[in-house]
Amino acid sequence: MATAVADGRQPEEVPAIPVRHYGRWVVGGVLLVLIANLVYSVSNNPRFEWSVVGQYLLSERVLDGVVMMLELTVISMGLGITLGVVLAVMRMSPNPLVSGVSWMYVWFVRGTPLLVQLLFWSFIAALYPRITFGVPFGGPELFGGHANVVITPFVAAILGLGLNEGAYMAEIVRAGILSVDEGQVESAHSLGMTRLQTLRRIVLPQAMRVIIPPTGNETIQVLKTTSLVSVIAVVDLLYAVQLIYSQSYQQVPLLIVACVWYLVFTTILSIGQYYIERHYGRGTSRQLPPTPIQRGRLLIRRMRGVAAREGA
Amino acid sequence: MTAVPMVRAEGVHKSFGPLEVLKGITLEVAAGEVMCLLGPSGSGKSTFLRCINHLEKINAGRLWVDGELVGYRESGDKIYELRDSEVARKRTEIGVVFQRFNLFSHMTALENVIEAPVRVKKVPRAQAVKEAHELLARVGLPEKAAAYPAQLSGGQQQRVAIARALAMRPKLMLFDEPTSALDPELVGDVLDAMRDLARQGMTMVVVTHEIGFAREVGDTLVFMDEGVVVETGHPRAVLANPRHDRTIAFLSKVL
Repeated sequence: MATAVADGRQPEEVPAIPVRHYGRWVVGGVLLVLIANLVYSVSNNPRFEWSVVGQYLLSERVLDGVVMMLELTVISMGLGITLGVVLAVMRMSPNPLVSGVSWMYVWFVRGTPLLVQLLFWSFIAALYPRITFGVPFGGPELFGGHANVVITPFVAAILGLGLNEGAYMAEIVRAGILSVDEGQVESAHSLGMTRLQTLRRIVLPQAMRVIIPPTGNETIQVLKTTSLVSVIAVVDLLYAVQLIYSQSYQQVPLLIVACVWYLVFTTILSIGQYYIERHYGRGTSRQLPPTPIQRGRLLIRRMRGVAAREGA
Repeated sequence: MTAVPMVRAEGVHKSFGPLEVLKGITLEVAAGEVMCLLGPSGSGKSTFLRCINHLEKINAGRLWVDGELVGYRESGDKIYELRDSEVARKRTEIGVVFQRFNLFSHMTALENVIEAPVRVKKVPRAQAVKEAHELLARVGLPEKAAAYPAQLSGGQQQRVAIARALAMRPKLMLFDEPTSALDPELVGDVLDAMRDLARQGMTMVVVTHEIGFAREVGDTLVFMDEGVVVETGHPRAVLANPRHDRTIAFLSKVL
């Protein structure tokens, strides 16, 4: 009856005996044994040389490599996102030449390996010994310099990573823009907003919800891909540890050092991504789900509540 | 001197590819008039409404709003297409309320209402916020300023959409089946808001299936079918004594 709740009493829980999931317990037990064995082997195998890991983890050369990795990630991701937005908007242009250029760019960059592109940028001097800016078709030059001076290994690394990332980001941004309901654009236009205003204020913020998760993945991907620049003699994290172990022959512990740092920063990025996704998810669900921290607090409060009730 | 009609259409044609949706619409809406467009789905009512603020480009004929061509500029004996920015500026004078509300889902009700005044008309933010609160109160939602569209019912969203359109101080309001996507019990609030607006003298063109609203609030009822105007007249007259067979057939189904 609809009025049953009105008397304020809690309804009695169904006094059923829960189903026993024996299979789950068995699987859980097996996994625990395997994990324990893994931990035992990792901590007792002297060849891991954990003391060496500890010795190098915070060494100056490794930290310099970490800084280089972060610089490369931030700059090439920034370049990639900017380029991605521009390419995505170009791709949707009514001008066939503009959208064609964008398509060609993505086709070329996605169709060739990043490693090859990086090598290409580092050998650019063989193709264009001087890099100049001036009037096209051999007119007077405004400024310029030797390719090897302008395109240092660091610049080559940024160009390789950033231009490559731009192609992938273009597709992500385009998917995001396409995901926004046409009605949003129409109502913005009907209010007198221009195409640019509509894009910036209405479409892109809503596209963010679709763009952010894959962009987080891309950032993590780029962070790890910075290790490729070791082939063009940029001293990133991987190259830094390689340089050390080429002298000390302690390959395993030094590669572990590199992995520890990659894991630290991919973890930080994943956490950041979670909160950014939450931010752009507002307005789509009626109530945001609690963060892990909020969930933890809630759990503690609930346990305290139970303890207090049992104590009473 | 006769007053310039708010909307004047002469032989308006519109095709989507091979499909001719409007086959020569001629009508006039006087300033302060409430015109209701009625007709079976696919009759071109919504398309005509969308032509009025150039969301759709017309293929033939002429369409004027307040004496100015929609989407074009006449100079001598030539007609020039307007730039996007000029079209945008003209749209600021025409409010549109859509069937599916189309509130900006990443903005609160208040942000939805102030967005265009602040960005397009460059109204100072404080003033826009003050006016937005007044408008939300006017449509009966003074306490929902901070709510996101997903937290509002359909009827509430549609009333915010009306407030958003009014914030631009339009001289003409277009309603495209504003209550068709609503649960029956929510229709009344939206119609009340529209009734208020009509009472204050707003010029309105309303595509609707709400016969009761058309009868009570409308000054003119236009019955459309298959891209042409079949019958025009005072709502009570048309509804009580439809002259055309197609009108009779339609009304017998919906009444």
